Amino acid sequence: MAEYRMHLMLCAGTGCVSNRSLKIEESLEKELKKHKLEEEILIVRTGCNGFCAQGPIMVAHPGEIFYQMLTQKDIPHLVEEHFLKGRPVKELMYTPPEEKAPVPKMGDIGFFREQRLIALRNRGLIDPERIEEYIARGGYTGLAKALTSMRPDEIIKEIKDSGLRGRGGAGFPTGRKWEFTAKAEGEEKYIICNADEGDPGAFMDRSIVESDPHSVLEGMTIGARAIGAHHAYIYIRTEYPIAVERMRKAINQAKEYGLLGEDILGTGFRFDVTVHRGAGAFVCGEETSLIASLEGRSPEPRIRPPFPAQSGVWGMPTNINNVETWANVPEIINRGAGWYSQLGTDTSKGTKVFSLVGKVKNTGLIEVPMGITLRKIIYDIGGGILEDKKFKAIQTGGPSGGCIPEELLDLPIDYERLTEAGSIMGSGGMIVMDEGTCMVDVARYFVDFLRGESCGKCTSCREGLESMYQILTEICEGKGKESDVELLEELCAAIADGSMCALGGTASNPVLSTIRYFRNEYQSHIRDQECPAGVCRELIHYLIDREKCTGCLLCVKNCPSDAITGERKEPVNLNQEKCIKCGICFEVCKFKAVEVK
Amino acid sequence: MPKLKPEDLEQISERMRKMVVLREGAARAKIIVHMGTCGIAAGARKIMAAVLALMEEKDAKDVIVTSSGCAGLCSREPMITVELKGEAPVKYVDVTEDKTRQIFDEHVMGGKILAKYALAIGSERVS
Ligand SMILES: Cc1cc2nc3c(=O)[nH]c(=O)nc-3n(C[C@H](O)[C@H](O)[C@H](O)COP(=O)(O)O)c2cc1C
Repeated sequence: MAEYRMHLMLCAGTGCVSNRSLKIEESLEKELKKHKLEEEILIVRTGCNGFCAQGPIMVAHPGEIFYQMLTQKDIPHLVEEHFLKGRPVKELMYTPPEEKAPVPKMGDIGFFREQRLIALRNRGLIDPERIEEYIARGGYTGLAKALTSMRPDEIIKEIKDSGLRGRGGAGFPTGRKWEFTAKAEGEEKYIICNADEGDPGAFMDRSIVESDPHSVLEGMTIGARAIGAHHAYIYIRTEYPIAVERMRKAINQAKEYGLLGEDILGTGFRFDVTVHRGAGAFVCGEETSLIASLEGRSPEPRIRPPFPAQSGVWGMPTNINNVETWANVPEIINRGAGWYSQLGTDTSKGTKVFSLVGKVKNTGLIEVPMGITLRKIIYDIGGGILEDKKFKAIQTGGPSGGCIPEELLDLPIDYERLTEAGSIMGSGGMIVMDEGTCMVDVARYFVDFLRGESCGKCTSCREGLESMYQILTEICEGKGKESDVELLEELCAAIADGSMCALGGTASNPVLSTIRYFRNEYQSHIRDQECPAGVCRELIHYLIDREKCTGCLLCVKNCPSDAITGERKEPVNLNQEKCIKCGICFEVCKFKAVEVK
Repeated sequence: MPKLKPEDLEQISERMRKMVVLREGAARAKIIVHMGTCGIAAGARKIMAAVLALMEEKDAKDVIVTSSGCAGLCSREPMITVELKGEAPVKYVDVTEDKTRQIFDEHVMGGKILAKYALAIGSERVS
């Protein structure tokens, strides 16, 4: 390999690719050629960097200089100034909300500084399509150790001692699950990697597969050795084409290198992995549905027991774990259970990957130690609330998670504490909401999602969610009754009781948590026909503040229903009869002259 | 590709070490070639090429090569700075490809400052 003095780590995760990072690559290649730098400077396509809001992203080494929001027209200047003449270009760096000047080094930016990377240890540091780069950072040494110097029961013990728990939602101790599968009777045993990731807005698993597919394969191979499996399926949703492609490439490379297939690392162990593309229903992520889908049946959950560990794919003992769970395994084997279990809380060890979205300044993918407070995540990593509005709630755990209010921001997060707070860890979704969010509307939104995704097998889930949706809609429209809140609570209990899988089992969280912490908002809707956040259309109207209106007529031009009329430089008039409450006037007014009441 | 044995992993890592060092910034030594407009005019690109060729020839694994702007002494370009971990940076002026080779051997690989070509160590003058 020629000597490159500089590596440009260009993010080629799904987010940055949609922001045209591959066009940036073309420009870079052209400009590097122009300055005859193509043999001095290497462009590396990496997986997701995590700071997706700022894409396209490129990190230049040495120096770890973080460039963001790049456009093709920035490239000629950047190449000449920094890559040729060695003067980093400030204008293309990131200025965190709390700082005045741009921060050149990635590690010094608040968003990255508080993170602790284990599952995402290689993110942005390697080309995920080159197995040598994974190996260069210690990859496959965990597998070598597991295969050459550990007995299967020792591997299981190490994972048990580490305290690793499933990252797919339920948080079941991984080592114990392996032990069940190892001890189960069966001619063949199977391993499954759950990369279905059905939570709307979540992209933790996609990101891991895109940035470091070998970490997942290595974890699975270690698991296979521990439980005595020789076949595995990776169930990835079809909507993740880049992830599917990278995983397939990784499997082929691993086979070529003797890290998958027959006689792995010359130890005689054999293991093969097949990628299965899922068609993308939310319920397919539930383990028994997933197995049904793998076998070609319709994805409906079944009652457990028997658990997959006893009877899974083709009726054989099957160990299913989430992508992130698998990605942690090689590091635990490499560095030991003691190292891993130092991080985290009493009950929840290690780190967790979250997708942080909503009304925070810095959105993206983060990995933080368990036990970190919500406040730290929202303010130190997330940079605080957008437009410096007031924080209202953070929704964790995906569609069946709950909303946590301001007074619990200092809660150190782990599985148990989130559950006590009426939410869940789930697979790691986090949506930050500001004062402009109506909590009844939020509950309705998630119930609407869940009612659409309920597979319909259990009556309580199918019909119960439908009824809840109707009631919540009526409340949002000002037609709610005093008894509705109590009825909702009863329905919640009934759905949880009568449903076979956790879709129904946890579907009550969005409703119960908003009732618990924001009951007064329900009451305002029901008693006073008011939506305090000014969101529910039937309960609000828009007014023109005649003092503030300058008569610029921007609202008049934009109103789709001709409800606003007026003359230039005169305050405008809004006809409530014609108004469809779309809120466009409110959005476009530059003088804050439109009010919501 | 022959199938790997456990000990081959170590070999691949060793071979790829330069990549890791560059990306993690954990180098034992850093060579900075000054590449301002003045430096380039005086032949800094050739010096850069020479440094990179030496990196390959000597298989220097823990060394990072970077460029930086004008050091303010345009009349003494081309100029390079060598910085060993934990030691003050040393500036070499009026370098040629031949001097670059000597500096690389003696200072970067051997750890001994080549005083006869050095301008300053840290901010102090030595000659
Ligand atoms: C409705 C529903 C959807 C689920 N979706 C996913 C998913 O997308 N990914 C995932 O890993 N687990 C999902 N799970 C959890 C799985 O059933 C299972 O617990 C998990 O894959 C086990 O792996 P873990 O122990 O490593 O977390 C879902 C569960 C339910 C009830």
